[in-house]
Amino acid sequence: MNARATKPTTPIISMRGIVKRFGAIQALKGVDLDLYHGEILGLVGDNSAGKSTLMKILTGAYRADAGEIFFEGRPVTIHSPLDSRRLGIEMIYQDFALCGNLDVSSNIFLGRWPTIRGLVNRKQMEQEAARVLERMNLFLPSLRLPVETLSGGRQQAVAIARALAFNPKVLIMDEPTANLSPNASRRLLELVSDLRDQGVSIIIISHRMQEIFEVGDRIAVLRQGEIVGTLSIAEATEDEVLSLIIAGRRSTPESGHARA
Amino acid sequence: MMESKAVPSKRSAIRSDVLQQALAFASLIVMFVVFSLASPNFATFTNIVGILLSTAVIGILAVGVTFVIITGGIDLSVGTVMTLASVITGVIISYWGLPIPAGVLGGLAAGALCGFVNGTVTAKMKVPPFIATLGMMMMSQGLSLVISGTRPIYFLGTPSFRQIAMGSLAGIPNAVWIFFASAVIGSLVLTKTVLGRYTFALGSNEEATRLSGINVDRWKIAVYTLCGLYSGLAGVVMASRLNSAQPALGAGYELEAIAAVVIGGTSLSGGEGSVLGTVIGAFLMSVLINGLRILSIPQEWQKVVIGAIVIVAVYADIARRRRR
Repeated sequence: MNARATKPTTPIISMRGIVKRFGAIQALKGVDLDLYHGEILGLVGDNSAGKSTLMKILTGAYRADAGEIFFEGRPVTIHSPLDSRRLGIEMIYQDFALCGNLDVSSNIFLGRWPTIRGLVNRKQMEQEAARVLERMNLFLPSLRLPVETLSGGRQQAVAIARALAFNPKVLIMDEPTANLSPNASRRLLELVSDLRDQGVSIIIISHRMQEIFEVGDRIAVLRQGEIVGTLSIAEATEDEVLSLIIAGRRSTPESGHARA
Repeated sequence: MMESKAVPSKRSAIRSDVLQQALAFASLIVMFVVFSLASPNFATFTNIVGILLSTAVIGILAVGVTFVIITGGIDLSVGTVMTLASVITGVIISYWGLPIPAGVLGGLAAGALCGFVNGTVTAKMKVPPFIATLGMMMMSQGLSLVISGTRPIYFLGTPSFRQIAMGSLAGIPNAVWIFFASAVIGSLVLTKTVLGRYTFALGSNEEATRLSGINVDRWKIAVYTLCGLYSGLAGVVMASRLNSAQPALGAGYELEAIAAVVIGGTSLSGGEGSVLGTVIGAFLMSVLINGLRILSIPQEWQKVVIGAIVIVAVYADIARRRRR
């Protein structure tokens, strides 16, 4: 809310003309997407609309067949998750993408374990993991348990801590509240708002429209691999967004809204 | 998520692979006691040294395979790569007349190179490890025969070569010390180093590891190369122990090594395991074979018993996985 007023004109991320094919299926047909500094952008659409595919291109999990990505105005090539992490882009996957046999702190620092002389510095790792969890108000009974022994909510806490451990500039969340109770969802949305206020730019993929309307600044609608509309949440209604998702048009005759 | 109270987890914090490892150790003790009671010839110093010595080569191979199996892969080539390494060592020392260290290094390098090829074919060409290493098993077997001209290579001009394995310290042959040292180093690498963390991460969830920005291919190649290096070491020890490189030997060793790993609680589905478990598994098989022999049970039965134990060990692994 307060972040919106200070929004700079250059987006932190600008995706241009992104095309992705899987065999004969064209999953993305030239998608343009902008994410501004310190905003929460909701990304919505049907199941096969291409939301996760688009985000996986941004994180380097997939490679686009065509199109460009600009980060803070500069053209960048993102060919692997390592490239996106170096830019400060983190994603929390819907299935959390954790190593179930590894303990909590090993997962939080997956691939970025602190070392001394080639050996993993377990003490430092556990201290920093505890610090990250505390800063995010995430509580776990022990850092030494394999994450597969934790509940789904706690596994998500580990995934969030991993994404936030290295102070990302951009955070992408894929259906973050899909497996959470209403109370836990509320706390998660509070955390997301706090992060936005700290200057993190956030993209949330969600089926739950009311949640995006609650915390989001803008909403982008994907339909059959194309962006069919980008709306400011302050000016849009849920009905408008739904009609974009379903029909690809902003037709709301019964409410009498004029086209923007 | 984000429960505000720290509720202790109801599930046990004891890892199931540790449980199986303890079980294997208990079985080892029980067997030891039973065989000691059954025959006065079992618990003698000479016989125990014999057990240790017969465990050394399989044990070294098994420590290497432990890494590969923890990544969720398999290496069927360790036995014949071991043979190839011993043949290379023989060629360098006996045919070319180069110094012993050159032969040892050559054997180690040959093993590491085979492992590197296994890793590259698996990681880069996406050939399943079962097939990639089966191919390597046959290639290394063939190469050993080609290079040696199907004849054993004897280390006749270099009597000190035999000391590598058969010299002794505190009454125990060097081969056993080399096995212990390689197990300790393997255990340290697996539990303390970044390579060890990657080994577990790959076996636990390779896709998650990749999504974390880790160059999965590179670390997989490193693990297979390390396994190859252990095969090379086993080859040098084997050649030294026999004072010759036997090109027809080695096939079948990979299965015993894999059996030792599995008996020791390392999961074939990856992500779990330990070098200590593997060492226990290797000893368990040696003690069993030795004990059966001392009790004059025909050799053919040893294979039957070992086979049954492997099935039980793998079944235990599957059963504890299903419980989750």
